[in-house]
Amino acid sequence: MKPAPFKYIAASSLDHALSLKAEYGDDARFLAGGQSLIPAMNFRLSRPSVLIDINRLSDLAGVDWPEGNDIRVGALTRYRNLERNRDFLAACPLFADALPHIAHPQIRNRGTIGGNLSHADPASELPALAVAMQARMRIKSSAREREVVAAQFFQGLLTTDIEADEMLVGVTFPPLAPRTGTSFMEVARRRGDFALAGVAAMVTLDQEGRCAAVRLALCGVGETPVDASQAVSALVGERCTGAAIDDVIAGVQEVIEPAGNVHASPDYQRHIAGVLAKRALMTAHRRTGHDA
Amino acid sequence: MTPDRHEIAVTVNGMAYRSTADARLLLSDFLRHELRLAGTHVGCEHGVCGACTVLLDGIAVRSCLMLAVQADGHELTTIEGLATDDGALSPLQTAMHDHHGLQCGYCTPGILMTVTAFLEENKSPSEDDVREALSGNLCRCTGYQNIVDAVLAAAAAMRGVAP
Ligand SMILES: Cc1cc2nc3c(=O)[nH]c(=O)nc-3n(C[C@H](O)[C@H](O)[C@H](O)COP(=O)(O)OP(=O)(O)OC[C@H]3O[C@@H](n4cnc5c(N)ncnc54)[C@H](O)[C@@H]3O)c2cc1C
Ligand code: FES
Ligand code: FES
Repeated sequence: MKPAPFKYIAASSLDHALSLKAEYGDDARFLAGGQSLIPAMNFRLSRPSVLIDINRLSDLAGVDWPEGNDIRVGALTRYRNLERNRDFLAACPLFADALPHIAHPQIRNRGTIGGNLSHADPASELPALAVAMQARMRIKSSAREREVVAAQFFQGLLTTDIEADEMLVGVTFPPLAPRTGTSFMEVARRRGDFALAGVAAMVTLDQEGRCAAVRLALCGVGETPVDASQAVSALVGERCTGAAIDDVIAGVQEVIEPAGNVHASPDYQRHIAGVLAKRALMTAHRRTGHDA
Repeated sequence: MTPDRHEIAVTVNGMAYRSTADARLLLSDFLRHELRLAGTHVGCEHGVCGACTVLLDGIAVRSCLMLAVQADGHELTTIEGLATDDGALSPLQTAMHDHHGLQCGYCTPGILMTVTAFLEENKSPSEDDVREALSGNLCRCTGYQNIVDAVLAAAAAMRGVAP
């Protein structure tokens, strides 16, 4: 048998799962899609003594649209269901671009948004999307419930703000402002591999077609997703021409800290991050539907 | 640590099984070693190769990335379930045979399970769709071209048109 021994408990309700986590703390892991946790356990890189299976908590799965047009996605919602939810993809078009880049169909059939964000792999697409979209993470323990913005949720390599007795129960995405276009792009060694660099861009125009707001976040180029929105803020008030975008790209390349890996040197990662940032900003601008 | 044993009731290829297994037994090993359904292959055991792909309630999943106990109460289909009881091959199996879609055959069970689920959902796939569907299954022998041909031919046969 590949994984080290552990005790398996299938949680029957959210309260049950949270009380088990309060009891076992850091010795226990939640088992969601298992598409990161089980490989790590098969390698014995991860040896939790208790697994709390949350797959029966169907209340945690699904997309809903409460008042105010926020988009709320339950932690246990699988990539598969997001890929097939047209309303969700229309409201969060960055996901339409990004989901096909995540692993392969069989892995997307099991993997969950909550497991992805809790795992906090800096090369993963979704943490960068969450940062770009200024998502709010809904976190719960038996004792309390709180919300954290994405930028503060991702604290380091595979490290989040989730405490030992807490679970990520869902993610709330604010709706896109009118006249907003978005684009996600990445470069990976092969289809389905983790990105060597990836960029999520959001451009909002004012009535005159000038940039009113811009958001840019990158994956694969640091220990956490990188929020590079400040680096491109000179675009605000300007027309998003190729030349205007060219002027801000060097700033993006300065705020990232790619570590390099067997497939790419840090310089190469920095180069493709710049190329992708330009293309993603141009595409996002085009998708605002404004033909300026 | 004393083994953490669990009761498992599953339906595999239409047949009901009851068994017990350690919590840490992977579904792939449960199928192969406990149920003696060794048609499901294991290549990498960390989700990369796709050889272990089975259908869980009709959906293609990696059996090396699930615990056997997680299958409790669910329905599985494995490669052993594709042909009919009298041995007649499924249209996909026939097409793989006709188009030389396999050489050593190690990847084949995973590919057939992946594509079986794919063709349920997409009856008229393009070549690009087929390549995307196969992206999570490694084959070190065929170069994929004959597999792609076989899948397109199977889709056509299942729609009832000449390929
Ligand atoms: C071959 C392969 C290729 C892959 N390629 C990519 C890729 O290109 N891009 C990408 O983004 N991912 C990729 N992945 C990873 C995949 O997306 C995982 O599904 C995802 O990272 C984890 O989600 P999960 O639901 O499977 O979580 P699990 O594996 O079940 O859990 C992951 C971690 O999060 C914890 N956890 C799970 N749910 C919660 C929760 N609700 N609250 C608190 N903690 C929780 C678990 O305890 C565990 O520590 C790949 C995986 C494989 C096997
Ligand atoms: S053995 Fe499961 S994916 Fe390789
Ligand atoms: S036929 Fe040998 S690996 Fe595919």
